[in-house]
Amino acid sequence: MMVFTLAGRELRSLFLSPLAWAILAAVQAMMAYFFLWYLQEFTELQPQLMLIENAPGITQWVVMPLLATAAIVLLVVGPLLTMRLISEERRGQTLSLLMSAPLSMSEIILGKYLGILGFFLIMVAMIVLMPLSLLFGADLDLGMLAAGLLGLIMLLASFAAVGLFMSTLTNQPAVAAVSTFGVLLMLWIANLANTSTDKDSLLSYLSILHHYQPMMKGVINSGDIAYYALFIATFLALSVRRLDAQRLQS
Amino acid sequence: MQSDIFLSVKNLSRDYGPLRAVNDVSFEVKRGEVLGFLGPNGAGKSTTMQMLTGNLAPTEGQITINGIDLLDNPKQAKAHIGFLPEQPPLYKELTVDEYLRFCARLNRIAKPGIAQALDTAKQRCGLQEVGKRLIGNLSKGYQQRVGIAQAIIHAPAIVILDEPTVGLDPIQIREIRRLIRELRTEHSVILSTHILPEVQTTCDQVQIINKGEIVLQDSVAGLQRFMQVSSTIVAFRKAVPIHELSDLPDIESVDRLDDHRFRIHYQPHDNPADGIVKRAVDKDWGLLELTPEKRSLEEIFVDLTTAESTPVQPADTEEGQAA
Repeated sequence: MMVFTLAGRELRSLFLSPLAWAILAAVQAMMAYFFLWYLQEFTELQPQLMLIENAPGITQWVVMPLLATAAIVLLVVGPLLTMRLISEERRGQTLSLLMSAPLSMSEIILGKYLGILGFFLIMVAMIVLMPLSLLFGADLDLGMLAAGLLGLIMLLASFAAVGLFMSTLTNQPAVAAVSTFGVLLMLWIANLANTSTDKDSLLSYLSILHHYQPMMKGVINSGDIAYYALFIATFLALSVRRLDAQRLQS
Repeated sequence: MQSDIFLSVKNLSRDYGPLRAVNDVSFEVKRGEVLGFLGPNGAGKSTTMQMLTGNLAPTEGQITINGIDLLDNPKQAKAHIGFLPEQPPLYKELTVDEYLRFCARLNRIAKPGIAQALDTAKQRCGLQEVGKRLIGNLSKGYQQRVGIAQAIIHAPAIVILDEPTVGLDPIQIREIRRLIRELRTEHSVILSTHILPEVQTTCDQVQIINKGEIVLQDSVAGLQRFMQVSSTIVAFRKAVPIHELSDLPDIESVDRLDDHRFRIHYQPHDNPADGIVKRAVDKDWGLLELTPEKRSLEEIFVDLTTAESTPVQPADTEEGQAA
């Protein structure tokens, strides 16, 4: 249960830093603005939508766009949270505390990962409270919401894995943040370079967005889940290797 | 605790690229012993300590802690080590209690035992008053103590302290030394330092490392003997030809200070004073002075670490790498 001890410490330290609170507040404010905007758009369009048979409901008009926007906002914000994971420990020389404790490298990485993932989940929970508040006066397609939520969580879990890996590469949190952002953005837009009409080309397969979009439409493909699982596992394994390499450095 | 040897290091080496920071180091630490690890900056002290604690992998060699091989079973072996690196690894945003509780859990102390372990460690390091304070707000001396508390919280067989008194004021230094002497009742301690009196006051065994190699390994008592006498100043009223003195038995060499005064070197276990006096009387030189010279630990240290060693490698670039 070492992993949870480490994760708990990580989460605690995050909440003891003003950065985490500031980010939570900023994200919440931004998402609230988007939420109200989507809601207003929907209420304006509602009379016209009523005339169409099988028109998209409030879930498609408000909730899903909100989750899609959250993904983009978190793409920018995520690296700021993950940047300090390992690099800060290196700078403060606290890494040797973990290295000389009876822990394996994978436990250290996994603990750190779960810690930051916990923070991301708190952030998602805060965001999702807004669409859930609609339940007081409207019917939501909860299945669709769940699919979208799963997509968002998978996406964030991937961001966290990339961020953690980037943080093992450097002593400078800022460098980790910028390179995480760079990598994520590249993976995000990878499918733009795909000019052919073939939707299943390698580039679009690699794109994070490509696997996120179906879930935003309420479709859960096991292929997409597998993509995220592999993605996360790869970056975690790379992080473990990287941390181990520090011991072997020459 | 199978045997009385808590730590054994065999033929330990560490390369940084083409540079050999630590070369073929072997030693043992017994139960309840305080080993002083001395050396100038960049001699390979920190590198060795980091290898002993699993922070660095050795290029060659074997480390056995309490009978467990560190490289084969790192998790089990590390449970017997407490380590205070040069810079204490503290999370400054936590309070002392929170931090120590976290360390206790990292070292797999069972939940019911944590409060007890916390109390003991705090009491030993004099931290009872500051438990609720943020580590970042404590003075350097207190932070150092928190660092030591962290290293002893799980009652490890071996406590490894890398320069624990650097940057402290004299009173704090004395307290830390007293603490180290207390530790030896239950733990073995390895202490790295470049402050010589620290070794004389706190250690049982001394090891001097220079350019990655151990140049001296002795008990402090043995070192005191070493320090005692190995040269004598003699002065005569008459001018004496130097070969008349170097002829005498038990003499290694003679330095001529002027025509009348000489420094005579000999092995610590020999004493040629008798022979000198006899010859002085026989030849009627008029003996004026016969003063045994005491060498300080400083001098021994400087001798050992500045002596022209076999030029295996360019060692002056070592400092930055090994730090």
